[in-house]
Amino acid sequence: MEQAAKNEVFSLKDMSVHYGSSLAVDSVNLPIYENEITALIGPSGCGKSTVLRSLNRMNDLIPSAKVGGEVLYHGQDMYGSDVDPVQVRKVIGMVFQKPNPFPKSIYDNIAFGPQTLGMKGNMDEIVEGALKQAALWDDVKDRLKDNAFGMSGGQQQRLCIARAIAVKPDVILMDEPCSALDPISTFKIEDLMMELKKDYTIVIVTHNMQQAARVADRTAFFTVDTSRGEGSRVGTLVEHDETTKIFSNPSDERTLDYVTGKFG
Amino acid sequence: MSSSIQGARSRSEKNSLRAPSPRIGEKIVISLLFLASAISVGVTIAIVISLFAPLPGFFDYVSPWEFLTGTLWAPSFLDSSFGVLPLVAGTLQVVFYALLIGVPLGLGAAIYLSEYASTRVRKTIKPILEVLEGLPTVATGLFAVFWFKPLIQELTPWLEWTSPFSIGVAGITVGIIIIPLIASVSDDAMRSVPVALREGAYALGASKMRVAVKVVLPAAISGIVASFVLGASRAIGETMVVLLVAGGGSPQLKIGFTEPAGAMTAFIASRATGEIATGTIDYYSIFAVGSLLFVMTLTMNMIAIFFVSKFREVYD
Ligand SMILES: Nc1ncnc2c1ncn2[C@@H]1O[C@H](COP(=O)(O)OP(=O)(O)OP(=O)(O)O)[C@@H](O)[C@H]1O
Ligand SMILES: [Mg+2]
Repeated sequence: MEQAAKNEVFSLKDMSVHYGSSLAVDSVNLPIYENEITALIGPSGCGKSTVLRSLNRMNDLIPSAKVGGEVLYHGQDMYGSDVDPVQVRKVIGMVFQKPNPFPKSIYDNIAFGPQTLGMKGNMDEIVEGALKQAALWDDVKDRLKDNAFGMSGGQQQRLCIARAIAVKPDVILMDEPCSALDPISTFKIEDLMMELKKDYTIVIVTHNMQQAARVADRTAFFTVDTSRGEGSRVGTLVEHDETTKIFSNPSDERTLDYVTGKFG
Repeated sequence: MSSSIQGARSRSEKNSLRAPSPRIGEKIVISLLFLASAISVGVTIAIVISLFAPLPGFFDYVSPWEFLTGTLWAPSFLDSSFGVLPLVAGTLQVVFYALLIGVPLGLGAAIYLSEYASTRVRKTIKPILEVLEGLPTVATGLFAVFWFKPLIQELTPWLEWTSPFSIGVAGITVGIIIIPLIASVSDDAMRSVPVALREGAYALGASKMRVAVKVVLPAAISGIVASFVLGASRAIGETMVVLLVAGGGSPQLKIGFTEPAGAMTAFIASRATGEIATGTIDYYSIFAVGSLLFVMTLTMNMIAIFFVSKFREVYD
């Protein structure tokens, strides 16, 4: 098989996440391959965001969150005691559900990351390069000094993507990046993702089945396991495979029900 | 509840858009609430009028120009003089030293509370700050006179400590008093910065310090500035500490850390006793200083309101 030759960027091994004493996701075993788009799908509350946020240690910002099992990044334990979460986030960027530009100029939004990293080189060129890669340059090249809040939602989201790629990360994590956008902006961002996967590894959470089918190379389906007793709702990974397989011929019935719209 | 809620309602009842009862109780409550707000507004207006009403009497003796630019404040001298600048200088020095202490410490505390402290630590510290905010300033003033001033005196032997009073120590003490105010208002402003903004910065590999200084602080800047202005306004109005620590002051305009100095509030408090005869220049001078104080504080508070309203708008 071709994917045997692929590099594993992340390997989740029996990974679990607790919020306080409640178990949110359990026993996730999932490989994520280089230069691919991996989609995480599943009903609300099944832990997609939780899993995604554990991939760049964003969960560290929630004091009650505890990650168990193993999250390997290029074979390295990402939760090892010698790992600095700030360093992790420099190579693993994130785009959020709601566009969250800083209340600064368009230029400063892009420049923030490279300045944080102390990147060498001409800042104007870095900004221009990132905006071009995010297909935003033509929209904004005449108003780089304007406040980012003056842009449309779709433009703001592309700005956030540009901001993420300006630091030349290794991986980009996207949590429902199009859910607040209209179809045209959505297609623009999907095109962008297809373009970006040449250089980056992308993990995307989406509620939009067509989107997963359109962009993702591989898809992981999560669900909520309510069988573990009174009131417990634990997210579990049902299966993961090539997207075409998940959507046409999944091995688990729950996946079939979900992708054909019988559930969730 | 009107009975028409239960049971079947007739067609005409359902079609009527009129209220089933005149709701008299509600009208009474609204009137009472209106009365309450009218009283507070009325009292405020009455205070302002009574403050400004004696001004013409004062300006019969002293020209506004002489009052505002004169550098000798000697209302009880035989050859009396009513230049308010010595008092204004005293007040401004208090504000200066207060902000010198209050701004960095208050802001530092706010950054710590909103960005670094765990929920448990914040839940312990925040109420303590609020209690400190309400501490009677007489108590703080006494502490300053008997502990704080000797301590500072000991630590700064190179300064000329000739007077038992010091405007600098008074200002620093007021600064300590306004730390909780600045900390608590700035903390609120910083915590109202959306989590999403912080996450955006963290996701780019920014450290905690960088997120606090480069993202949260600028986003909350109007609220933070408002806290400084509120602190300054509080320092202008502080009476007891200035009276106790800086003394009544000398009639001359004096600037210096170890100088005794009067401030506008302290002058009013020390002069406005029941014995003062209405219609005398002494009497008028109190109101002149009071009016000026009112105008200064009002200006400060309006600046603060401007900044607060600006920071509310940022994320709407
Ligand atoms: N900060 C938090 N504190 C406590 N529990 C949380 C927190 N965030 C998420 N959870 C819980 O973890 C579980 C998984 O949440 P998560 O947000 O990962 O789901 P999701 O699959 O992303 O859902 P959605 O599709 O609605 O975004 C939920 O039961 C949720 O209540
Ligand atoms: Mg989610």
